[in-house]
Amino acid sequence: MATKSLKAQQNELATSNKQLEILNGGLFANGELPYFKDKIAEIGHFPLRPTRLEILQINVGYMCNQVCAHCHVDAGPDRKEIMTKETMMQCLEVIKNTKAHTLDLTGGAPEMNPNFRWFVEEASKAGIKDFIVRSNLTIIRANKKYYDLPGFFKKHNVHVISSMPHYTKGKTDKQRGDGVFDKSIKALQELNAVGYGMPNSNLKLDLVYNPSGAYLPGDQGAMERDFKKRLKEDFNIQFHNLFAITNLPIARFLDYLIASENYEDYMYALVEAYNSSAVANVMCTNTISVSWDGWLYDCDFNQMLDLKVASKVKHIKDYNEDVLTDRNIIISQHCYGCTAGAGSSCQGSVA
Amino acid sequence: MANSYYDPADLRKFGKITEWSEELGEKFFDYYGKVFEEGALTAREKSLIALAVAHVIKCPYCIDSYTKDGLQRGITKEEMMEAVHAGAAIESGATLVHGVQMMNKYNKLSM
Ligand code: SF4
Ligand code: SF4
Repeated sequence: MATKSLKAQQNELATSNKQLEILNGGLFANGELPYFKDKIAEIGHFPLRPTRLEILQINVGYMCNQVCAHCHVDAGPDRKEIMTKETMMQCLEVIKNTKAHTLDLTGGAPEMNPNFRWFVEEASKAGIKDFIVRSNLTIIRANKKYYDLPGFFKKHNVHVISSMPHYTKGKTDKQRGDGVFDKSIKALQELNAVGYGMPNSNLKLDLVYNPSGAYLPGDQGAMERDFKKRLKEDFNIQFHNLFAITNLPIARFLDYLIASENYEDYMYALVEAYNSSAVANVMCTNTISVSWDGWLYDCDFNQMLDLKVASKVKHIKDYNEDVLTDRNIIISQHCYGCTAGAGSSCQGSVA
Repeated sequence: MANSYYDPADLRKFGKITEWSEELGEKFFDYYGKVFEEGALTAREKSLIALAVAHVIKCPYCIDSYTKDGLQRGITKEEMMEAVHAGAAIESGATLVHGVQMMNKYNKLSM
């Protein structure tokens, strides 16, 4: 497994232009597969428009303790893009006034931002209904200074969403790196110990599953049943929901698809699995994504492709919800990842 | 024309068989879809059966399909290999049980 980000390797796929060129070219340019735009136009959804802002997703930095092979953020220990306290203060202003009911902190490993705890403390005062932190689990065991995170999350009533590629060690370590499975299991047990994920507990613990390879996730309900059974039987671990998420063909996952000669088959599979009823609920219709440096995007994926919102308001310092809601969402062929099968968003199936 | 009998890209075109016989094609795909739905057996169990049969009938398209289907369902490689052995055992058992016929014939013809 690579230990450096594409950016640190100076891989050309680290640039968004190169990625977009691939997504717009090849199979789509030669007419073998339809452009996403034409596909959603068939059902009157082009241009794609937001409905109502419900989720404010803030990426507090691309630094991560892991370098997962499928990472769409191209995150890793070598990434230096970290949200400053100043930008966090601009975010807090927005959090206090937003109509969104969910605040979703992501990264990289958000916990690695030096001002993470301060930010969580301040943000939790704003009275947002659902306050999510996306934690990769291993960070909790990465260093002593993170050992108390379960208690910290509990204190601020944070909803923890964590990634878990599989309930067996082999598959997990292959996708995420050696030792990840054991550390994740330990972290989940610690979250359970303070009350996270227990039946009827208000401390929400959800897991995110995404395939470790060039295939789409299976049925979310069936996967959840398997995960619950095996994690309970083998490790006495409990959690609430499992979200099955499709890997989108960008950043490191795109690099993997091309290097393993799976790109064309994968794009075919995504287009074949296109489900028109998922279109109305794709994540960008109710989400705004904020980058570490305060720019605004339709979603975390567009953020990684550097496709800023098509609105007069492009930065958190000028934030205006009404103006932002009146925009067209920027799409490309990676969007097929959100409409495949039962659909896929940061919160799992949408259709 | 392709210059080999099996082309992986042909698998994507499977649905096209309906174009030359709409009624039968559609009936087949309806039936096929129904067979693999959750029933008395789970879809997961059926996927493993399909994988075993795919090996026994040695269909490269089915092997590709049901390996991928298994991955999608979170089926592990150990489970997949055991399914292949189950198929192989039945197949070799079917060969070997004919050994009894050979023995019968041998005994009948021998003094
Ligand atoms: S997928 Fe998550 S845990 Fe893995 S490198 Fe990316 S941000 Fe880090
Ligand atoms: S990739 Fe982003 S913009 Fe495209 S459909 Fe998904 S959420 Fe919307």
